[in-house]
Amino acid sequence: MADFEPRIVAFLCNWCTYTAADLAGTSRLQYPPNVRVIRLMCTGALDPVYVSKALLEGADGVLIGGCHPGDCHYQSGNYKARRRIAILHTILAQLGFDPQRVWLRWISASEGQRFADTVTEMVEHLRRLGPNPMRELPMS
Amino acid sequence: MAIQAWLPIEGGDAAGALRKFLAGLLSAGYVDALLVPCRLVGEEAVTPALVESPEALEACEPLAPVMSHNMAVMAGRLTVMDTGRRVGVWLRPCELRALIELTKLHQATLDHVLTIGVDCLGTYEVADYAAMVRAGKQPAELWRGAADGEAVPADGYVLRSACRMCEYPTAASADIRIGLLGLDFPRQVLVESEEPLPVELPPAEVPARRQEVLERVRARRTAERDAAFAAWRAEVPDLRRLAERFATCIRCHNCMVACPICYCKECIFRTPTFDHEPEQYFRWAERRGVLRMPTDTLLFHITRLNHMATSCVGCGLCESACPSHLPVATLFRSVAQSVQALFNYEAGRSLKDELPLATFREDELTDLGK
Repeated sequence: MADFEPRIVAFLCNWCTYTAADLAGTSRLQYPPNVRVIRLMCTGALDPVYVSKALLEGADGVLIGGCHPGDCHYQSGNYKARRRIAILHTILAQLGFDPQRVWLRWISASEGQRFADTVTEMVEHLRRLGPNPMRELPMS
Repeated sequence: MAIQAWLPIEGGDAAGALRKFLAGLLSAGYVDALLVPCRLVGEEAVTPALVESPEALEACEPLAPVMSHNMAVMAGRLTVMDTGRRVGVWLRPCELRALIELTKLHQATLDHVLTIGVDCLGTYEVADYAAMVRAGKQPAELWRGAADGEAVPADGYVLRSACRMCEYPTAASADIRIGLLGLDFPRQVLVESEEPLPVELPPAEVPARRQEVLERVRARRTAERDAAFAAWRAEVPDLRRLAERFATCIRCHNCMVACPICYCKECIFRTPTFDHEPEQYFRWAERRGVLRMPTDTLLFHITRLNHMATSCVGCGLCESACPSHLPVATLFRSVAQSVQALFNYEAGRSLKDELPLATFREDELTDLGK
């Protein structure tokens, strides 16, 4: 699987992790180009349907990035997101799909390096896991 | 002071005694109306009905072992706004638990509701119930096993699978509780209430046997549930197998409509959210060589799980509504068990437990977000 390039869909909050991704870019930090970023106002606004949709259509991983606990621009959106992702993880595990393809990470606006490191780490992790088994299904 | 009383029963007609009891509540003005199961159109169907006149209770079928709709949804329709009326609602355990969830979801209120919870031995599918009536059978004979808590369906019929694995034979948190199991049915029907009742009833001493029978029913059904979950998990070890197992889903959305919990007034799958421009479908088909249509069938079920597994009460109406006879209830209940355990939540247990998705704790799940 040497030529396997994982595809990651990233849902990043406007105030922290999206800004961190921006900072990584403007700081010319190097990280793997395997991530497709979708900007949200808050991780708390992310319905699990979109994470599931990405996985069922063959994304190898989904990264959800938000403000550190206590730092949410909307007070508690990230705490609510955490519960939703915990539920999604439980459901995926129950259905025999590796929940470790879905990462929730807190990355603040100033942590460009942390964003680059997280993407690098996730790409390596997904390379080890191999392609998403749902990729071959004709969109179930 | 809680009341425990016997319902006076003439000639072994427990259903008649219950009708009379309900009529008493209505005549005394204890409630303004009753939401109860009735046989109104033909003999084959029993559905929820809103009864204002005591005479109309002739059509009430309190012991018909059939559940066409989850009564909680009807109760929500009547109570979501205050009408100044107090309504008594006849509820099986799963219906009461659904009503508690709907109340927390702000789709019902209990402020002007008298909940009347009744013991349950299980229910037949609507079509089976109708077929039994047509064949001259008495579906309510299921209650013959009430004394021992044994639900023995009529020859050639089975109870709904959700009922066979339901570990809630009683509606423990109702205002008035009608006890039928572990007693001398049909000569004894127990009435329990926290508040004084408007009808005179002889006080009852509940035989210890009732508790033993209830424990036995719970144990037996829990074992059935665990066996069903284990078999299901072995049969569907991964998402790919689930897709195959649910391949005959025709996307009618019946499960969503029948679900008492599915709380979105407009389901995302009934909006154009996942309708795409024609060009997009061709691109997908080009990429994979073939594209199954309609798309997103598995996504529909997984999303419904994400939205309502925390509140699933296991009534099984999703499965009863499935034209492809898919084991929807087993899927949802087995997943719901893990999801609810995550937050030590039990759907329908109490109004005081906050909905897991409506609250959070700062110090929880710290190994999830890093």
